[in-house]
Amino acid sequence: MEALLRELTPAVTGVLVRRGVDFAAAEDAVQEALVAAATTWPDRPPDDPKGWLVTVAWRRAVDAHRSEVSRREREERVDAEPPPGPAAAVDDTLAMFFLCAHPSLSPSSAVALTLRAVGGLTTRQIASAYLVPEATMAQRISRAKRTVRDVRFDRPGDAATVRRVLYLVFNEGYTGDVDLAAEAIRLTRELASRTDDPETAGLLALMLLHHARRAARTRPDGTLVPLPEQDRSRWDTALIAEGVVVLQAALARDRLGEFQAQAAIAALHADAQRAEETDWPQIVGWYDELVRLTGSPVAALNRAVAVGEADGAAAGLAALSQVDPGVPRYTAASAHLHEKAGDRATAARLYADAARLAPNLAERHHLARRAARIGGRG
Amino acid sequence: MAKYLLLKHYRGAPEAVNDVPMERWTPQEIQDHVRYMSDFATRLEGTGEYVDGQALSPEGTFVRYDGEGRPPVTDGPFAETKDLIAGWMVIDVDTYERALELAGELSAAPGAGGKPIHEWLELRPFLGTPPTVTE
Repeated sequence: MEALLRELTPAVTGVLVRRGVDFAAAEDAVQEALVAAATTWPDRPPDDPKGWLVTVAWRRAVDAHRSEVSRREREERVDAEPPPGPAAAVDDTLAMFFLCAHPSLSPSSAVALTLRAVGGLTTRQIASAYLVPEATMAQRISRAKRTVRDVRFDRPGDAATVRRVLYLVFNEGYTGDVDLAAEAIRLTRELASRTDDPETAGLLALMLLHHARRAARTRPDGTLVPLPEQDRSRWDTALIAEGVVVLQAALARDRLGEFQAQAAIAALHADAQRAEETDWPQIVGWYDELVRLTGSPVAALNRAVAVGEADGAAAGLAALSQVDPGVPRYTAASAHLHEKAGDRATAARLYADAARLAPNLAERHHLARRAARIGGRG
Repeated sequence: MAKYLLLKHYRGAPEAVNDVPMERWTPQEIQDHVRYMSDFATRLEGTGEYVDGQALSPEGTFVRYDGEGRPPVTDGPFAETKDLIAGWMVIDVDTYERALELAGELSAAPGAGGKPIHEWLELRPFLGTPPTVTE
């Protein structure tokens, strides 16, 4: 039931907004309706769950508006009857995606608002996932709602900003009792089913292909297992198969974008039964596309590592010399290429430097172990 | 979305511009300072950027393991310790620039004469979680 409620959340909020309820009030009313549903439905399941939620949320919104009006002692009359909405062709769920990822929002606000108003998560769940107090998250969400209060709801938004928000949710890891990676996949699926855009399909494929490796990516103690050392029998073949199908259909449309290129790289890794069978020349080709599409120095760094695998360490180091040394993980990549080139002393020193620079503990431990191993300490 | 620790030092940081210790402030100056700090935290909660903040007692004890079956050894407090942490605030912000901006505002808390202390705060990023997409 929770899954159904969360799936219906954005559409119900969208209906209220389309009927002229202010977004913040609509969102609050829908949260109340969800609570009511959670207590009522187990005993009396409705025939039309969405209709039930719309009715209850609409009533709450009208009540809230009335009490607000009387509180201000205004004499306006409130229309209790829903005004006729636009034609049924309007996709309320899609409209909510656009609204919650509106470009006027900061990334953290857009993420929080999307998880609540589209994902149907509670403020408490979102706060626990991002390790901030519930009061802080509540404020972040209500500020976000105020920011987009005056955004018109009848124009199509920008799918690229929605994709960036969903990618952030997926890529930031997960804590607390909500699996944010799974949630990001669910929402991206939803978005992909409602839009005809190969890049959204590319993002979905990228998520599926990386999610497929999740079980193999960490040891029970939380330490990282790098890709070449992962037990590939633990990769989720069903997710990989789905990701590849989604990706191939997207690529066939011949409108390449960064997420499709990234997914193609992930698919080539997934293709290799053993690390040695990886098709590195093709991966380099996709990194060329990625660098061309994004100009991203991170892509250029990853490309240098791939060149090192495809054409040898010297070629990799030559490619690395073209990359800005200020890019995160530059030192780690340099250490890896020097190790591959047989320069153990330099590699050991660089691994130790990279460990100090690591942006998280798991990477720091991984790099420190590499430094220790290459330095002959086990 | 990144968390930062703002560290306030009793000792160990470079000298503040308005470097008059609190015990020589007037009661009103102290009250104004406390109000500023509390308003700052309230405002950050309002912007959805506040995580935690605490003040610490200046006196602490050093503790270490002393071997199997033995109670931990304690030592201190050391009056001459070079560095001493007075308190901290944890913020969760979108960018490093925003963290700098907020630290600057906190450092402007009023001290003696009602003038900003201009004290040095230490800004330390938290280590995050590893990203999912790495290649």
